[in-house]
Amino acid sequence: MKSQQPFTSAKSYVPPHSPFDPCPPIGRKYYSTPPNLYLGFQPSDLPQFSPADALRKGTLWKVFYDYYDNPYRKGAGKSRD
Amino acid sequence: MWTYEKKLQYPVKVSTCNPTLAKYLMEQYGGADGELAAALRYMNQRYTIPGKVIGLLNDIATEEFAHLEMIATMIYKLTKDATPQQLRDAGLAEHYVSHDSALFYNNAAGVPFTAAYIQAKGDPIADLYEDIAAEEKARATYQWIIDMSDDPDLNDSLRFLREREVVHSQRFREAVEILKDERDQKKVF
Ligand SMILES: [Fe+2]
Repeated sequence: MKSQQPFTSAKSYVPPHSPFDPCPPIGRKYYSTPPNLYLGFQPSDLPQFSPADALRKGTLWKVFYDYYDNPYRKGAGKSRD
Repeated sequence: MWTYEKKLQYPVKVSTCNPTLAKYLMEQYGGADGELAAALRYMNQRYTIPGKVIGLLNDIATEEFAHLEMIATMIYKLTKDATPQQLRDAGLAEHYVSHDSALFYNNAAGVPFTAAYIQAKGDPIADLYEDIAAEEKARATYQWIIDMSDDPDLNDSLRFLREREVVHSQRFREAVEILKDERDQKKVF
């Protein structure tokens, strides 16, 4: 589902680091760019989850579903950009 | 008026005894971008906003109270059996001396809730942009709590709450679109 979207729901950047910064560089910083940034007014006839799935996921509309996990945990953030 | 359903909007399960998580969750209980602030902000703004979007503010405000109840349940479960020593280890000693294990509208740093957290400018666009920002801040707070938490069941409930913030933000953005719409202006081109 995610790959069909014309947008990605997370981005990342590498903050600057100098030899005199006390901590080792964190590497990448991640931030969310959820679907609500991209759709404008919701178009009609969008695909829906089943009612049971919608209650669990928190939205009826597949396009608005945006799973989040800690991007800094090992193994997490793999499916991100 | 409201009718009350005696169940949570989404099940709350906590699998680890970790009162430190309760301290973090207080940010969403009595914090600036928490559920109480959200509910009170929208509930109050709905009186002075164009009629087309009053219902939206009413619905979202009501749902925020349901979220507040979920956060309260999480904090309660994480602290109800904790000894004073466990609360001290969790950084909740000050909370204990003031409240025992009673819940209170503090943020994660122990600062009590204030009405100054919520805004009402009376300008519909300014207020809706405030609301959009509030939803994004609540979404971010849920992300930071998920990042700090290793409890899979708790994170499952937090992911649901985060998803609702995404949907709320979407609906407030649509409310802006409704209020700025030019359809009624009888334009001749
Ligand atoms: Fe919300």
